[in-house]
Amino acid sequence: MNSIIQTLLIIIWKDILLEIRSKDTIISVLVFGALLAIVFNFALNINPRQISEIAAGIIWVSFAFSAILIMNRTFVKEQEQGSLEGLLLSPISRDVIFLSKVLVSFVFMITIEAILLPLFAAMLNINNFSWILLATMVLTTLGFATVGTLFSFMAVKTRSREIMLPVLFFPIILPVIIGAIEASKGSFGIGYEPSWNRWLPLIAIFDALFLAICPWIFSYLVKE
Amino acid sequence: MFDSSVIPLELLKIIMAKHNSGTAISVNGLKKSFGENPVIWDLNLELEWGKFLALFGTNGSGKTTLLKILASQIEADSGQIIISGYDQAKNARAIRRNIGVVGHQHYLYDDLTCAENLQFYGRLYNLNQISERISSVLSRVDLEQYSGRKVRSLSHGMQKRLALGRAILHEPAILLLDEPEGGLDERSLGILHDISSEWTSRNRSIVMTTHNHDLGNRWSDKVGILSNGILRTD
Repeated sequence: MNSIIQTLLIIIWKDILLEIRSKDTIISVLVFGALLAIVFNFALNINPRQISEIAAGIIWVSFAFSAILIMNRTFVKEQEQGSLEGLLLSPISRDVIFLSKVLVSFVFMITIEAILLPLFAAMLNINNFSWILLATMVLTTLGFATVGTLFSFMAVKTRSREIMLPVLFFPIILPVIIGAIEASKGSFGIGYEPSWNRWLPLIAIFDALFLAICPWIFSYLVKE
Repeated sequence: MFDSSVIPLELLKIIMAKHNSGTAISVNGLKKSFGENPVIWDLNLELEWGKFLALFGTNGSGKTTLLKILASQIEADSGQIIISGYDQAKNARAIRRNIGVVGHQHYLYDDLTCAENLQFYGRLYNLNQISERISSVLSRVDLEQYSGRKVRSLSHGMQKRLALGRAILHEPAILLLDEPEGGLDERSLGILHDISSEWTSRNRSIVMTTHNHDLGNRWSDKVGILSNGILRTD
């Protein structure tokens, strides 16, 4: 168990160090997320009564698109440089490689979300946050990262990888996005019955399912 | 040689089996196709410990595919592969610990320094005394003074030498080299030759694919020619 955690940390440390040096994912995704916030704000011209209805949708659609950009980069650099083969040649379990990539994507996504959320809050006039929103963000982002990492690996092997990833990702992750929107409504909205106790367990079940299945599929895929 | 009173019988059987396995690489009836195109057809190969096998063949003859299958990067359609006494179908991870691979790509991270790359791989292999090993390896591939330089700033030849350093960092029992001489100058070729000679002198084995017949014949103990998916060895 210790060696698995150690290996996870080694790969995560390497990916974070590479991102700190290149800054090519976080910065571009932050700019993209900020642009989405501005576009939605001007395009929809939301009044305070509508906020509770559509704020959660706007935020989670924006987070999902930002997640796609992050996941598009998960394996691309390693594939281009050939270092992915080096990683797969090392005597570590494919499951550990997959989980390390999930955790790296999770760290990047949750960082982006933590930065973008205050921006969305300011634009949409939201000032009502709770622990439910935090729990929704953690569980939903874990689902994004798990499914996204698997499809990112599948997409990186194809010629049209930028298109392939969202085409594969959104149909599978749709229940999690719906769950996140519904669970968050109670957090932002006035007059909404808190429904997190229905939706958060659903997201957690999807996460557990993805975390059980995706590493197994990844191990199969890397065999070529 | 082994005291059965202190080593459990089952473990002793495993140790004796591996010690007596005789060959570094044993391949029987290997087949591999990509779609409907057969690349390797009923390939058999035996390589003893301490031997250097040079593999020749035209482009597309399956040299790289064979090396990738041996390195467990690609799965064969059928056939049995035993490397270092381990059956690849059952224990690919143990095989990966026992091999070092130099491929067409360098398997390095461009934005990490030479030392950081080796440190990363050293940690993945759970090596002891990593700093000492890194210094020793960088010195052997003549990159000691470039230890803190990012890989992207190195020349192609230097990157190839570092790739060789990465492959030997964990002291593997078998080296798989896929056209390692490409892009190397005379000095770098000398380093590659010194390392391969040292490897076989320590009873470790090497399989190298090359288009350079002169170099392959001079360096190797045994040559093989891959043609139409079939391997012929001397």
